Amino acid sequence: MSKVRVLAGTRKGAFILTSDGKREKWDVSGPHFAGWEIFHVKASPVDPNRVYASQSSGWFGQVIQRSNDGGQTWEPVGNKFAYDGVPGTHQWYDGTAHPWEFKRVWHLEPSLTDPETVYAGVEDAALFRSTDGGQNWLELSGLRGHGSGPKWQPGAGGMCLHTIILDPSDPQRIFIAISAAGVFRTDDAGKTWKPINQGLRSAQIPDPTAEVGHCVHRIAMHRSRPQVLFMQKHWDVMRSDDAGDSWKEVSGNLPTDFGFVIDVHAHEPETIYVVPIKSDGEHYPPDARLRVYRSRTGGNEWEALTKGLPQQDCYVNVLRDAMAIDSLDKCGVYFGTTGGQVYASADAGDSWAPIVRDLPAVLSVEVQTLP
Amino acid sequence: MIRIILPPHLRTLAQLRGDVELEVRSPVTLRSLLDALEVRYPMLRGTIRDHVTLQRRPFLRFFACQEDLSHESPDAPLPDAVASGTEPLIILGAIAGG
Repeated sequence: MSKVRVLAGTRKGAFILTSDGKREKWDVSGPHFAGWEIFHVKASPVDPNRVYASQSSGWFGQVIQRSNDGGQTWEPVGNKFAYDGVPGTHQWYDGTAHPWEFKRVWHLEPSLTDPETVYAGVEDAALFRSTDGGQNWLELSGLRGHGSGPKWQPGAGGMCLHTIILDPSDPQRIFIAISAAGVFRTDDAGKTWKPINQGLRSAQIPDPTAEVGHCVHRIAMHRSRPQVLFMQKHWDVMRSDDAGDSWKEVSGNLPTDFGFVIDVHAHEPETIYVVPIKSDGEHYPPDARLRVYRSRTGGNEWEALTKGLPQQDCYVNVLRDAMAIDSLDKCGVYFGTTGGQVYASADAGDSWAPIVRDLPAVLSVEVQTLP
Repeated sequence: MIRIILPPHLRTLAQLRGDVELEVRSPVTLRSLLDALEVRYPMLRGTIRDHVTLQRRPFLRFFACQEDLSHESPDAPLPDAVASGTEPLIILGAIAGG
């Protein structure tokens, strides 16, 4: 029988949650790296026992951990993230020039083909790659050197590169997203990049339709249709049918189109999920009711999923890397909250139950479907 | 032998149970001591001082003999009591909540 392994990063450590394919009873292990902020934990799709974790601390900086046994034991690997050349400046919150400074790794994306290769999205925004299992990191500096870097600015969480999507049909193509710069795509394995933000509209920048400066919170793709991307922006849920060359809004009947997470059903590429959050000033669900919204039409028409989720007095947030979907049939959907709950649905979102209720604030959730 | 007291999180990272004891050639300075510490425990590189600039991380302090050595030159000799092992060098996380 299949198994699932949920990898949760929290403000005070990592937790590994395992269950059989029924996804009813769960074992919880952790905290791993107790007391450290674990921004992201993700496993290699070609070697499920190879897991990478981003461990950071305001006191001690960045550490990268690697496991070869599915997260039972770990070893620290390389943590030197040096920008290529003189990094220059980006915009500060008030528009003044501010020097680029490495702060932490937000997201780790293992290669689709090689367990030794892994990408790291960092704050201040840049993309790094290791080809030796995380021991050494080199910046793919064509992104930061694209030319628009001086116009990038931090969102409330910092100027982070938080999303990395590797195109399963084209090893030369990578999508990344930066808050607050926007989405960029390379078609030559990271040498050169272009911003792909046409159609986005953001009232928080002087020119609402500028080439860069948009606070993109998350993008998602179904591996069977790499031309189709979905986006949760600061405000607005968006969709692209041409690999990001143009975007259109699909917020439709959502109660608010602010939010952080967005993800795609494992077997239905037109079925997508978001968790609406009231506003950028009120990071909790509208009406204090935690609702996942599902669209079976690729956007515009949304249904609220509430069974098993708190429908009163709920003031948690769901951060941008904190939703994941397994590939069982029916697919499981998982998300973590800043209140420390990790919720799971074993029926594609129809009903929900907490796996755990009282973890530290959850920063990220990933899931592995194991044989 | 030089004695170093690390903060608990760094002891865990380095898989240490107690204090560190190191041989460091004279003259013993913060730089030579941290160089030796990072050779023995490479996983500590970047956690006490920056990889590139070798500057002390801003939320860490260096104490010894009831003195704050955080702002001393990294090439200044450490107190004799530290160099002789009578007193430890304390690497401490700043009080900053958490």
